Amino acid sequence: MKAAVLVFPGSNCDRDLAVAFRAAGFDTQMVWHKDGVLPAGTDIVGVPGGFSYGDYLRCGAIAAQSPVMRAVADHAGRGGYVLGICNGFQVLCETRLLPGALMRNAGLKFVCKRQGLRVETADSAFTAGYAPGQEVSFPIAHHDGNYVADAESLAALRVEDRIAFRYLGNPNGAMEDIAGILSANRRVLGLMPHPERVVDPAHGGTEGAALFRSLAEALVAA
Amino acid sequence: MKATVTVMLKQGVLDPQGEAVKSALGSLGFQGVAGVRQGKVIELDLAPGTTEAEVTAMCEKLLANTVIESYRVEMGA
Repeated sequence: MKAAVLVFPGSNCDRDLAVAFRAAGFDTQMVWHKDGVLPAGTDIVGVPGGFSYGDYLRCGAIAAQSPVMRAVADHAGRGGYVLGICNGFQVLCETRLLPGALMRNAGLKFVCKRQGLRVETADSAFTAGYAPGQEVSFPIAHHDGNYVADAESLAALRVEDRIAFRYLGNPNGAMEDIAGILSANRRVLGLMPHPERVVDPAHGGTEGAALFRSLAEALVAA
Repeated sequence: MKATVTVMLKQGVLDPQGEAVKSALGSLGFQGVAGVRQGKVIELDLAPGTTEAEVTAMCEKLLANTVIESYRVEMGA
């Protein structure tokens, strides 16, 4: 089971994400953004949080054009797993691996707090370790988490059961309280909250661990 | 040669920054500001002979996120 965690200039959750993958049993390597290929046998790519390229132009826009993201798009095209957290979610939207976009928070403020979420579907390798409707609390820390998509994309997300997490009390104005979404093949997850920051009792919670654990179980079974 | 690209949020996409600017203008006493929308202007210094189609391709690929933004290209001398 191999995980690759991308590192862009300005990433700052890359090491936390690697720790979470390793704790769940993944052989985890860091991959620099200029690398045009992923390590052989990569099962899942983690696109970490942070401020890639200083959020210049738009959050995630420059990172989306990096050589490593072309390799990630190929990996996803082959049915590979991808997990994008916070800035990673923004990068996945900018590469169009996920629909929609993340705009400035409706309240214009950076929000940094523990946030209640509802797991909307357990039908994915990422969320199989939760019960549908289960409420969890993950940290959020973002300025641009206001999820926007056109009516057609939103309808597809709803009908295809691809909304993975919704906020309990919307912190940023996101349409339909969307905190995280899945790709059509359910193997790409993007979410604004940080599950990797709640995987150890020392973090003040372990509610994110089930995400990495269920992913590991799905990959072992595959 | 130069080109100027103006990127704006699409009509119908709520612009929280524009709303904040509008409310700040109101609190400064400026009356009758019915709406404010905020965008960005990108000036490109280009090799002679660069076509508008190439600048449009730059917009589609990078300068604008067409999910939420529209853009306008003005080619200069």
